[in-house]
Amino acid sequence: MSDDLRVIQTDSPPAEGACRTQGFGSPLQLSEEHDLCPGCGEPVALRAILDAVETLDLAQRAIGVVGIGCYTALTSLIDLDLIQALHGRAPSVATGAKRMRPDSLLFTLQGDGDMVNEGLQEVIHAAARGENVTCILLNNGVFGETGGHMTATTVLGQRTKNSLEGRDAAYHGHPILIADLLSRLGGAGYVARASVHDAPGVARARRYLERAFESQMKGEGFSFVEILTMCPTGWFVPTAEGPGYLDDVLAPIHQLGELKRDGALVEPD
Amino acid sequence: MSAATSRRLMEGSEAIAEAAIAAGCRFFAGYPMTPFTELLEHLARRLPEEGGTCINAESEIEAIGMAWGAAATGARAATGSTGQGLSLMQESLSEITRAEIPLVVFNMARGQGDYFQATRGGGHGDYRHIVLAPIDASEAVAHTQLAFDLADRWRHPVLVMGDYLLAHTSEAVAVERVAFDPQPSKDWAVDGSLGGSGRSRNLNPIGMEKGSKGIDPDRFWRRLQEKQDRIEAAEPRHETFATEDAELVVVAYGTVARFARYVVQELRAEGAKVGLFRPITLWPFPSEALAACTAGATRVACLEQNAGQMIDDVRLAVLGRAPVVPIGGISTDPAGFGIGRLLDAAVVRGRVEAALAGRELDTGVVV
Repeated sequence: MSDDLRVIQTDSPPAEGACRTQGFGSPLQLSEEHDLCPGCGEPVALRAILDAVETLDLAQRAIGVVGIGCYTALTSLIDLDLIQALHGRAPSVATGAKRMRPDSLLFTLQGDGDMVNEGLQEVIHAAARGENVTCILLNNGVFGETGGHMTATTVLGQRTKNSLEGRDAAYHGHPILIADLLSRLGGAGYVARASVHDAPGVARARRYLERAFESQMKGEGFSFVEILTMCPTGWFVPTAEGPGYLDDVLAPIHQLGELKRDGALVEPD
Repeated sequence: MSAATSRRLMEGSEAIAEAAIAAGCRFFAGYPMTPFTELLEHLARRLPEEGGTCINAESEIEAIGMAWGAAATGARAATGSTGQGLSLMQESLSEITRAEIPLVVFNMARGQGDYFQATRGGGHGDYRHIVLAPIDASEAVAHTQLAFDLADRWRHPVLVMGDYLLAHTSEAVAVERVAFDPQPSKDWAVDGSLGGSGRSRNLNPIGMEKGSKGIDPDRFWRRLQEKQDRIEAAEPRHETFATEDAELVVVAYGTVARFARYVVQELRAEGAKVGLFRPITLWPFPSEALAACTAGATRVACLEQNAGQMIDDVRLAVLGRAPVVPIGGISTDPAGFGIGRLLDAAVVRGRVEAALAGRELDTGVVV
């Protein structure tokens, strides 16, 4: 990471509107327009989720439970049945919905602030109960919606608006590697971490999502897919440097790959 | 079987659990806390027998989250706790109200200190939910079923307020199924069936709608507020006893009203011009009925087991036409479960007599 913190003005609306992401379209979208920042990884991750639902022909069985973050703005574009939950509370809402609709595909969509800060005990208990739902984490290591603040997954040394000199283990504590933690719980059947910072990463994210959904439809218990997403605005880097920053700063700590398959831990290569 | 022969001795918690099942409740989630615990116990035992689910949640926050998800799919769902647990649930309860999801919530409270929490919305934002305050286990059976009916009819949360005595006192109760008018189908509920159709649903508490960016605050808030206005006009419920020529009208609700009713009946039989007004819904508060009942009264006495909460609503209804005096107070036991000296007919009688005579009383705290 560079020593110089480049400041990008985020206090006022951007002078130029966001560009439409090329090829964002999916049959499960009502519109291709969104208002998230240029370079944001969340629309790409959403597309991967919708593709996985479509590929497995589960659109008419899917119920999504959505947390609160930038991605919440995308929910009016998603042509799936949705429940909007509180910040942090999607796993418990998904639990109640799935118990009453056991044949549905039940997934949650949460950010790192939502899942790992506000609602950490929800996802841990849902996993330990072996709740037959798929929790999806969009992890960019910052509170993007508030403008780039430290979350529980912010890596050591990462600069945010409330860790200006970089996250310091002695002062701010250590990041929580949530996929690693959940993989150790008995009720978790499938746990993986992907990213959307390059084309192979997106393909892998889609593959992991399909495996998680298949695992749920087979009734194998809790499944979890973490997707590292770019947040150049909240990282204070130029848009084009978002993917590189993800690869250089986040991915070495939140390591990509499958951690658990068919209820068994996957040995690292 | 007639009501008389189907009666069985059971504690209020069991009667409520059986009534919930009779009403079609098939999902419950809760976290143990006195005096609510037994309701969770009975439902944990009974719901699986009926093909339902009862989850021991990791906290009250997750309990209401789970009930939210279950209710969102169209199932009749409920949660509950005591006042402290209800405090933890308020963020969700507020959002559930705005998402227009029918949910039944039981507060087996410790005394009556949760009146404000129950009737003022309790959490953030502009909302109120329907509150039913049964006087005994038999009425709790009816109110529990009514709560599920009202929740679905209005797509609005309904709170059933009980207490330690209601939850723990065993009485002869018949759990008879109450018949209600047919309800429209729950086409708003998420079942996953409409994905890709262009008509998929979003049960959203912040006014977001499918297919359009942003929120129309004017339409969203007007819709919610107009519904609350309709509930406020349609759903106030109350009971009166001997108020026609009463010089003193006692106002009390819930278990405390049971003591008040006994004492007022006793004093009436002795010739005292005293009557009882009992709000059955705490929200909407039966203000018009109370105003009418107290039009000829020289004094209104508010008996509640707290430092003075419902008295605000009583004063707003009476609007200065007669003095409104408190005759209750905080009254509890060392464990804090709300079993205090006030829950005694002789004590209540003394306080009603003082009000009749226009004598001042120590109120606020009556331990």
